[in-house]
Amino acid sequence: MSVTLVNVTKIFTDQDDKNKEFTAVKEVNIEIREGEMVTFLGPSGCGKTTTLRIISGFEQQTKGDVYIDGKLVNDLPANKRDSSMVFQSYAIFPHLTVAQNIGFGLELKKFKKAEIQKEVDKIMQTMGLSALGSRQPSQLSGGQQQRVALARAIVNKPRVLLFDEPLSNLDAKLRDQMRTEIRRIQQKFGITSIYVTHDQDEAMTVSDRIMVMDKGVIQQLGTPFEIYSRPVNHFVADFIGRANFFIGNVVALDELVTISLKGREFSFPTFNKDVKKGKRATIVIRPEGLHITKQSQEAFFNGTVTQAVYLGSTMEYEISVKGRNEPIVAISYNPVLEGFHKVGDEVGVTFDPVSAHVIS
Amino acid sequence: MIKSYVKRKWHALVKLSRDPLLLCVIVVLLLALILFIIYPLLKVCIVSFQVDGRFSLGNFASVMTYSNGYYMKALWNSLWMGFATATIGTFVAFIFAYSLTRANIRGQKFFNLIATIPIISPPFIGALAVVMLFGRNGFISSTILGMENANVYGPKGLLFAQVLTFFPVAYITLRGVLESISPTLEDAAMDLGGNRFTIFRKVTLPLAIPGIASSVLVLFVESLADFGNPLVLAGAQFPILSVQAYLEITGMGNFAKGSALAFILLVPSVSAYMLQKYWVSKKQYVTVTGKPTQSSNTMVSKHARWALFAVCCAIASIIILVYASIVWGAFAASWGNSAKLTFDNFIYVFRVGFESVLDTMVIAGLSTPIAGVLGMVIAFLVVRKRFFGRKFMEFSSMLSFAVPGTVVGIGYILAFNKSPIYLTGTLAILLLNFIFRYLPVGVQGGVAVLSQIDPSIEEAAIDLGADSHTTFRKITLPLMIPAFFSALIFSFVRSMTAISAAVFLVSARWKLMTVQIMSQVESGRIGSAAAFSLILVAIILVAMSAIKLFLRLKYNTKSSILTR
Repeated sequence: MSVTLVNVTKIFTDQDDKNKEFTAVKEVNIEIREGEMVTFLGPSGCGKTTTLRIISGFEQQTKGDVYIDGKLVNDLPANKRDSSMVFQSYAIFPHLTVAQNIGFGLELKKFKKAEIQKEVDKIMQTMGLSALGSRQPSQLSGGQQQRVALARAIVNKPRVLLFDEPLSNLDAKLRDQMRTEIRRIQQKFGITSIYVTHDQDEAMTVSDRIMVMDKGVIQQLGTPFEIYSRPVNHFVADFIGRANFFIGNVVALDELVTISLKGREFSFPTFNKDVKKGKRATIVIRPEGLHITKQSQEAFFNGTVTQAVYLGSTMEYEISVKGRNEPIVAISYNPVLEGFHKVGDEVGVTFDPVSAHVIS
Repeated sequence: MIKSYVKRKWHALVKLSRDPLLLCVIVVLLLALILFIIYPLLKVCIVSFQVDGRFSLGNFASVMTYSNGYYMKALWNSLWMGFATATIGTFVAFIFAYSLTRANIRGQKFFNLIATIPIISPPFIGALAVVMLFGRNGFISSTILGMENANVYGPKGLLFAQVLTFFPVAYITLRGVLESISPTLEDAAMDLGGNRFTIFRKVTLPLAIPGIASSVLVLFVESLADFGNPLVLAGAQFPILSVQAYLEITGMGNFAKGSALAFILLVPSVSAYMLQKYWVSKKQYVTVTGKPTQSSNTMVSKHARWALFAVCCAIASIIILVYASIVWGAFAASWGNSAKLTFDNFIYVFRVGFESVLDTMVIAGLSTPIAGVLGMVIAFLVVRKRFFGRKFMEFSSMLSFAVPGTVVGIGYILAFNKSPIYLTGTLAILLLNFIFRYLPVGVQGGVAVLSQIDPSIEEAAIDLGADSHTTFRKITLPLMIPAFFSALIFSFVRSMTAISAAVFLVSARWKLMTVQIMSQVESGRIGSAAAFSLILVAIILVAMSAIKLFLRLKYNTKSSILTR
């Protein structure tokens, strides 16, 4: 079941002042393929939830069209759309038991009692809820409520599954566990899914593709690898993970891009299409792409360690460099082998051009 | 710009038309609200501004000059009395509420119960008790103090009765306000080095100010609208507007002048209500979160606690005295003259007024559930749906809070006394009046509950394929059950004790107990009036217990009905 958005725009009008308008979603175009899981990722207020609510039918777009399975659904109310949503607050009906919650959709579809029972039992088994059927929602833990919400959505065999920040109310460990479980179930049933989150790790774990949004506009749409390693602009590079930015001038452009930085030239194999010869460009290097060495003439930069944080599996450094406001962030993934550095150490920083990316 | 606006509205309409039932309900409700709330009020305005079918201020001119400004005096008296009742009532209520929420005094449950009793009483009890205690044959004035010809009629007696009748309303408001002010704020102030009085002055009181202002305005509106107490106690020397409007219409049959008086009464009531709803209530610092936090009990010193306890005891004993006198009066052979106890008053009531007891129960029993359901539906539509006329629906359904019953009553007889809608003297006019008059209780309760229910719970139902009426029936309504039953009890109590509007609408066929009590009081049969009142309270208590029992058995909830 594909989902297609064409030029979808949502403008909210101020309740009190009709002239005040706020564009929440602007000209969004995306095609989500059958069985695919796409994540809408962005900071709060970027329009990701609004876009999801437009797809579910809870919000009416101001302009543009929504197609589900090639059919225009603009005027179809939410209850007639073949999608199921997992809500941020789970939205478990507090006056119904777990089994009644899960069976609610089937009951509306006028399934027979025995059939409902069978389907509900089956899904509860899959979700590890078997023993909880007669419980009241108030007796469930956060993780169990999350499972009930998911089971309630899936039991109806929806053709599109929508997730609205489903894990944001869980603690860190449970979140990690649930996101792999969501992915497992999604792949098992092969349901086309859209997942809204502001957590990039979550997006990386569950998605086939990620749509990064900011201020209502799509910034980049691509696989987790593309988003992280080939960001199209400063926003994406900065929002997804941590990044060091180095601004220089493009002196040559062919298979490689050559950038002059403080009188030295560096060449990189990957760069965006909008990088132009003679213009300024930004080199994006992730913290793990940088290596800390002794100070030397060959080093990319020489500087002083201003912060060293031991995180067990990794060691994080901030290195200040003369003439640069931002400190450089570097991560050492095997500090025991690579050696520790202390605050105040004079160090050099090197990098491998393949782990860098150039944006305009 | 315009194109997109039209397109948006069109989509909204298309969506709404997919749900024909919803559209129908909205249209029918809007029409009903216009017909039974707005139209009667409009009728009062029209009649008051018309002489011989043309626009004129003549009615107001003649009202103002009538008998050397007698009615101007009534207006002044009403305003003055409203203001005095509001300030004194709020002051008393604040002491009570503060003692019960902050001072950790003994017997909190008892005091809370005592303070809520006047709410379920018929409108005359305060006045009746004042007469019985302080009147010519009064227990205190005559029997204890030995005064002869004690005159209780006039401002002092009325003020006492009104404060007694209305301070519980302020108490409930202020208790909610004080409970919602987290005691941790006071703890923090103390931690920063403030002494107890400074903390009260600089933290507690400023935070409670909007609540206090709101309570003053609500009491002002209630006092202006009060009809029962002034009818008994005001007397000819101290005219009160609501009573004069009633007398003008039922006594003289002068609808134009009566309407003009009603209009004059309407202006300050609606103004105070608007001020409260759209200004003061927006200033509230703390939104009620539902869960009262436990006070750390250090805010009041030992001496202050004893002082507050003594004040609460004094207030409580006045209330107990009032009700004891009613009970005693109902059994007394002749109040003030003989100490003999009999059942004569009750026998008299059943012989003369049994019909009115049945009528009242039929009317309250029919109108209450309808008002409750309508209130829930309107609350749901107003909070959850977006449609043309939503603001109007909210405003008009809540309007009865602001409009004195006297004005509504006059509006109803003006609006429904000729075809196409001829309802005078029927059961329907009483039912409609009660339904639309006590609608706001349900709407308010429903709105409060709904705003606490996460909208995504209903969205989840819609998402799973439910249309809007299935969602309402299967999800929203069950969640609103506690609010629904609170509304039910409240509007039942209000219907049973209603007089100010109903007094215009009763007929030989359909009688109300409150109106019967009124005529007993007017003809000086204080004992039978007390017996009547007692029966009324008993019916209310039985009905309340029945609903509570039903709730506990069916839903396993103990909703705190009176501490809404």
